[in-house]
Amino acid sequence: MTIAMDPPKAGFRLSMLLYDTRYRSITIQVIFMVLIVVFFFWLYENVVTNLKAAGKDFSFAFLWQRSGYDINQMLVQYSSDSTHARALLVGLLNTLFLALMTCILATVIGLIAGVLRLSKNVLVARLMEIYVETFRNVPVVLWIVLVNAIMAVSMPEPKEFRGENPSAQMIFFDSVAVTNRGIYVPEPLFSRSLGNTDIGIFLISNDLLAIIAVVLASIWAYRRLQANATAVQNATGIRPVTWWKGLAIIVLPLVALLAATGFHLGYPELKGFNFVGGVQARNSLVAMWLALSIYSATYIAESVRAGILAISRGQTEAALALGLQPGLATRLVVLPQAMRVVVPPLISQYLSITKNTSLALAVGYMDLRSTLGGITMNQTGRELECMLLLMGTYLTISLLTSSLMNVYNASLKLKER
Amino acid sequence: MKKSVFLGTLSAAALLGGIASATTLEDVKARGELLCGSNAGLAGFSAPDANGVYQGFDVAMCRAIAAAVLGDPMKVKVIPLSSETRFTALSAGEVDLLSRTTTWTYSRDTDLKLDFVGTSYYDGQGFMVKKSLGVSSAKELDGATVCIQTGTTTELNLADFFKSNGMTYEPVPLKDNAEAEQQYSAGSCDVYTTDASGLAATRATFADASEHVILPEIISKEPLALTVRHGDNEWADIVKWTFNALLTAEEFGITSANVAEQAAAPGTNPEINRLLGTEGELGAMLGLDKDWAVRAIAAGGNYGEIFEANIGASTPIGLSRGLNALWTQGGLQYAPPFR
Repeated sequence: MTIAMDPPKAGFRLSMLLYDTRYRSITIQVIFMVLIVVFFFWLYENVVTNLKAAGKDFSFAFLWQRSGYDINQMLVQYSSDSTHARALLVGLLNTLFLALMTCILATVIGLIAGVLRLSKNVLVARLMEIYVETFRNVPVVLWIVLVNAIMAVSMPEPKEFRGENPSAQMIFFDSVAVTNRGIYVPEPLFSRSLGNTDIGIFLISNDLLAIIAVVLASIWAYRRLQANATAVQNATGIRPVTWWKGLAIIVLPLVALLAATGFHLGYPELKGFNFVGGVQARNSLVAMWLALSIYSATYIAESVRAGILAISRGQTEAALALGLQPGLATRLVVLPQAMRVVVPPLISQYLSITKNTSLALAVGYMDLRSTLGGITMNQTGRELECMLLLMGTYLTISLLTSSLMNVYNASLKLKER
Repeated sequence: MKKSVFLGTLSAAALLGGIASATTLEDVKARGELLCGSNAGLAGFSAPDANGVYQGFDVAMCRAIAAAVLGDPMKVKVIPLSSETRFTALSAGEVDLLSRTTTWTYSRDTDLKLDFVGTSYYDGQGFMVKKSLGVSSAKELDGATVCIQTGTTTELNLADFFKSNGMTYEPVPLKDNAEAEQQYSAGSCDVYTTDASGLAATRATFADASEHVILPEIISKEPLALTVRHGDNEWADIVKWTFNALLTAEEFGITSANVAEQAAAPGTNPEINRLLGTEGELGAMLGLDKDWAVRAIAAGGNYGEIFEANIGASTPIGLSRGLNALWTQGGLQYAPPFR
């Protein structure tokens, strides 16, 4: 005590930096910081010197040059006359599209597999165990290549749909064609289309905007209707019959809009070499989507199982004692609580799904890695610039995903007051 | 302490930076092995034989260079590269040269900082389809699905060809020839497009080779050239003049069979004498000894011999000399004089 209250009279000496515990940690941190700065400065110098020695400059100007190559799957308009930046955008959207589709399917499969693995039915539980253990213990790129090879080899070629007695037939009343080049499904068309709105970067279909607006309005009206019914019920004790009004509110405006815009389906048709019309889900997309979903779902299944096991047995017993069916007990009591445990590992699963989409080059799916990091990098020779852009983009996507999921996680957390 | 660590780091950094890269020739000699970037598997050009040793037209070029520089044609390590990784591998010094069906273009020569030192094969982009499709011209391919190797000049030519003919197509980008071959034979594309020589090589590997036809249209110029890094002119000269030695040897009828005999004593033709080192000091000007060309020619024969043995009419690939005949026989292969 006395020592602490009585500061040493001697002034500061240099050796205290090393021998005095008050200063030593600061000394070490300063040294460490200097080392880091020196290291990164050396790295930067090295890159600049070597680029100069190789006669290359560092510039992103290539992004505004004509790309010159075609991309098969485009969510926005693109041609070989577009710029490399535009190709980047097309690739980015393809990456996001694939990641989103995969996250959804993987979550659904993972949830089912995770619950079924705890089933009392031995056969079902064992089957799920085999599924989880086989799929997560083989590298995902092999599954991707396998699904792609199966699609390419075992599905019929478009020409097999031709002739008097074709060896292959379209399914679902001649509306869907499964070929070795992809799956063709009908596309929505509007004969009295409202046109498109150009928002600078891409066009948005006014028809789609109108449909979204009408559906949102219908939902809002339906909520009002239900709130009204509840108010009446609270006041009088009798709930008015609303089902036919609700149905009308939801269905009628949409049907009216679709009729007004001349909505119809465009069916795929065999013309020349390929099917024309309809929407084509290419082999590469289907292979990436299925393989990545089935693979990632195994990890999600394990998280779900862990989440369910974390819920005390008493919760299930209490639910059953209240007279809930086992299915309802799982859905209403166990799963909502299990989600709290499941969501944090789910976030990292979504992140790794997004990063795993960069394997798309293996089957020629034109994602960000294949456009910017593949063709653009090759044709322009800007390795460093392209790689930095790629890393920056994936980092941004991942940080955005994880912050969104963290918001969701916070909303699920046990509210302690 | 702080100071000494700081200085230590600085000196370590200086040391690392100080290991200036020696010239490629010195590197190759010190290593005792030539690192040759080539195709992973393109029959006739670069593919492993039954013993796992790489053989082919492109590999033979590397063997000639290894023989000239190191004295042994087998001191070549073939590094298989995809069309995507080849330039990065060359710039980063992972290979000493590319002998890998690489097209000589303006932007690659200038912007990518490469040097193209000799066109080993004059090629052009073609299309291969199954005979059963009943297509006889590339102009009939509107709406077709086209398999293509990604990261190549063919990708850009294809886009230009279909655009200028007002046709549409569906590209299926694939990462190498093997992948493209598999997808094409499975029928997931109607057409496979790459250099015509590559198409012939691919077709030769099919069991039903006669069921496939290469369409008559050649839509581009594809001079496939030996490629080195920009800036090391000494090494570029060695590669360039070894290739020219093979051409000159064919021109003067020097073959792998008679090169030893002709090099034994000076003959009547002074250019042959200069090439084979029995007269003058041409080897020393290149930084090599005087027998360099003799060894290069003895490795796999002259240009014509290499061509015939790997991709010529008597092989399964069955390519005719065409543009690749010597200038004296109506072709484009022409070596500057050895003087």
